[in-house]
Amino acid sequence: MNDFLTQGGFAAYVWPAYGISALALVLLGLWILSDYHKAKTKLAALDTHESTTP
Amino acid sequence: MPSLFEFANPKKFMDLSGALLPWLVAAAAITLAAGLLLGFTTPPDYQQGDTVRIMFVHVPAAWVAMMAYGVMTVASIFGLVNRHPLADIAARAAAPIGAVFTALGLITGSLWGRPMWGAWWVWDGRLTSFLLLLLIYLAYIALNDAIENETRAARASAVFAIVGAVNLPIIEFSVQWWTTLHQGESILRKGGPTIAPVFLWPLFLMALGYTFLFFVFWTIRIRSEILNRRARTLLEMRAG
Repeated sequence: MNDFLTQGGFAAYVWPAYGISALALVLLGLWILSDYHKAKTKLAALDTHESTTP
Repeated sequence: MPSLFEFANPKKFMDLSGALLPWLVAAAAITLAAGLLLGFTTPPDYQQGDTVRIMFVHVPAAWVAMMAYGVMTVASIFGLVNRHPLADIAARAAAPIGAVFTALGLITGSLWGRPMWGAWWVWDGRLTSFLLLLLIYLAYIALNDAIENETRAARASAVFAIVGAVNLPIIEFSVQWWTTLHQGESILRKGGPTIAPVFLWPLFLMALGYTFLFFVFWTIRIRSEILNRRARTLLEMRAG
């Protein structure tokens, strides 16, 4: 377990490399998903409006 | 004649990608989990120690950064030649994703370079051309956003993307053309890989996982843009 955490003395390089990669990819995914839901909500609002107007 | 372009119909794309997405997400999750598990259980390299594990996030990020640019270039060519709106959307959708993977390639490379080369950064061919890739992505995004007319924005940025693709072979061959600290080709080379299988497996799985992840992100971004354009058309129809 200790070996895992210290990464043979290279913890200061290995963990930031993984941490930054994970953080960036998670944030990118969240941004893309929120964009998608925004687009979906906007279109749904327009569609209902469309069908209720004569 | 039925052709590839039948699937380029936005409605068909929405149906097909909607069915495909859960599988892509599952494939990304499984390959990344397996890659991480193998990556952290493999023994340290006899020369590089545990820093070899940085390779498992560095090489896949750099690979996807270049693949995304390739995808963007192909979509741009289709957009220019076939004048198909979905190709324009696909090209534009790939850019920010490619930019993030490029930045990750640079950052993880820097974190690997410091303990192994003694330098966070060197201005050699590989690193400089890779930094240029990030700048090209950013310029492409800025150009695409700057032109208001959708069609004109797509044309201009497609030409820019195709010209910028010249940088891809420069990145690829930079380690052969110029003296560099960066290691040469060690995976797809004549005579087989020079990396031991214990490192090759996690690397392969992580690269596969990153590739799936790119396609997940890219597909969702294309879907968003299709929905946005549909909404815009509805609004215009109502206004007209």
